[in-house]
Amino acid sequence: MHIPDGFLDAKTIISTTVFSAVGFGTALHRLKNTILPRQIPLIGLTAAFIFVAQMLNFPVVAGTSGHLIGSVLIAVLLGPSAAVVVMTSVLIVQCFLFADGGVLALGANIFNMAIIGSFIGYSIFRIVSKIIPGRRGWFTAIIFAAWCSTVIASIFCAGELAWSGIVRWNAAFPVMANVHMLIGIGEGLITALVIAAVLKTRADLLDTDKLNGFNSRHRELIIYGAITAIGLLLFVSPFVSQWPDGLEKTAALLGFESKTLDYSLVSSPIFDYKLPGIGSPALATSLAGLIGAVIVFILAYMISKILVSKSDERIPT
Amino acid sequence: MRHDFIDRFSRIDSPIHRIATSVKVLAAFIAVIGAIILPISFLWYFLFHGFILIVAAFVSRIPKLFLVKRLLLMEPFVLGISVLVLFQPGGIGTFINVVIKSTLCLSTMLLLSNTTPFSELLSFLKKLYIPGLLVTILALMYRYLFVLIDEAEKMQRARESRTFTRNNSQIWKTRAILIAQLFVRSTERAERIYLAMLARGWK
Repeated sequence: MHIPDGFLDAKTIISTTVFSAVGFGTALHRLKNTILPRQIPLIGLTAAFIFVAQMLNFPVVAGTSGHLIGSVLIAVLLGPSAAVVVMTSVLIVQCFLFADGGVLALGANIFNMAIIGSFIGYSIFRIVSKIIPGRRGWFTAIIFAAWCSTVIASIFCAGELAWSGIVRWNAAFPVMANVHMLIGIGEGLITALVIAAVLKTRADLLDTDKLNGFNSRHRELIIYGAITAIGLLLFVSPFVSQWPDGLEKTAALLGFESKTLDYSLVSSPIFDYKLPGIGSPALATSLAGLIGAVIVFILAYMISKILVSKSDERIPT
Repeated sequence: MRHDFIDRFSRIDSPIHRIATSVKVLAAFIAVIGAIILPISFLWYFLFHGFILIVAAFVSRIPKLFLVKRLLLMEPFVLGISVLVLFQPGGIGTFINVVIKSTLCLSTMLLLSNTTPFSELLSFLKKLYIPGLLVTILALMYRYLFVLIDEAEKMQRARESRTFTRNNSQIWKTRAILIAQLFVRSTERAERIYLAMLARGWK
């Protein structure tokens, strides 16, 4: 999901840079006020840890492999503001050490992966773990949140590419969302397995030392929520509003050949995700995404049972 | 300890390595902005940009094969997004346009990162009024990156020499435990580092 240089235009670069500066500034400020001096090395080491964990590959079907992304893992282990700071540091080092992700696209990458990924992931984690009580709900929340954070970050990424006018939304959104719906399943599983293993060996790491939560006045919550909403309005909503229009047009054209044929090649590897009879690939993808979310949630609930029986008795709250 | 494979060549000596960090960073930044803003019809700019990069690569004494390998390693990400462009109407023009621009930017950043030690980049960031806490975190991260890579490799080797199963679910389980263990060890190391920092008068 690292966007290289050359794909974003000036307005996207500037707006994402401003958003990520505001989001990162908020996170750093929050961390500065709550962190104990002895936790500063912990943040640095956690960033190095995520960098190394991303290098370890997990085998997936047919010789391909995936790896951990880690924003929800850190958000659960250390809290959302620490996750934003850690993921931003990882992205900065990847950019300047590996040239992985463009230097002008750094703002967009930080916005998608560090801020949206951590904030959306952590919010969903908190909501779901409140709805389903107990440690089973806790693990369900982790898996589902990791899936959502991966998918939503990829939608923002597609929106930025489309807003820059390089890639069409109808091509970028289905491909990015479909691929990341699969990647997200892996991310959810790895995150839950790692947290279960941490819980087993050092459960104390999870209930003490938290740089956790949004503070009492919910200032971070408002700022993260605001930039997420503005980002959504800017990068994603202009395209969403075109959907009914596109659907009408294709219906009027008696069939979907003219529009869908161009993209069928692109989205063919994940063709079974598409619902038959729906014209616009973007609309089909969002429907598939909603159904996918329900399926992942049920799967997460089922898997959480296995994880609970294996992990420690104690649940951090 | 196999600690230097990432930026092994950033500390060698050459005329390019000796240029001040601030000059290199600014030059790279301006070159990248130019490549992004200018339309492809300014052919002279892109030819000039490419020419400068090739000259700099030769003067820098970094093995050419290493640079080419790095470029090929990162290029799939560029091509991955570019392929999306290819399938839209009139996409071939945009495709070539985007691939040229991204590859130039990528090569610029590759050369910058391989001719400038990370610690010098950090001290340059410090001068730019980047928050001190971020610079400290980045410095710690860079310092312990290699230690943790080493630790992960050691654990993986130990695991591989004791298990023979190659089925995927087993690999997932052991790898998750490895990552969890790496996190636990990182937190423990962080505590020791803090004590060591205090002992040396850090405030």
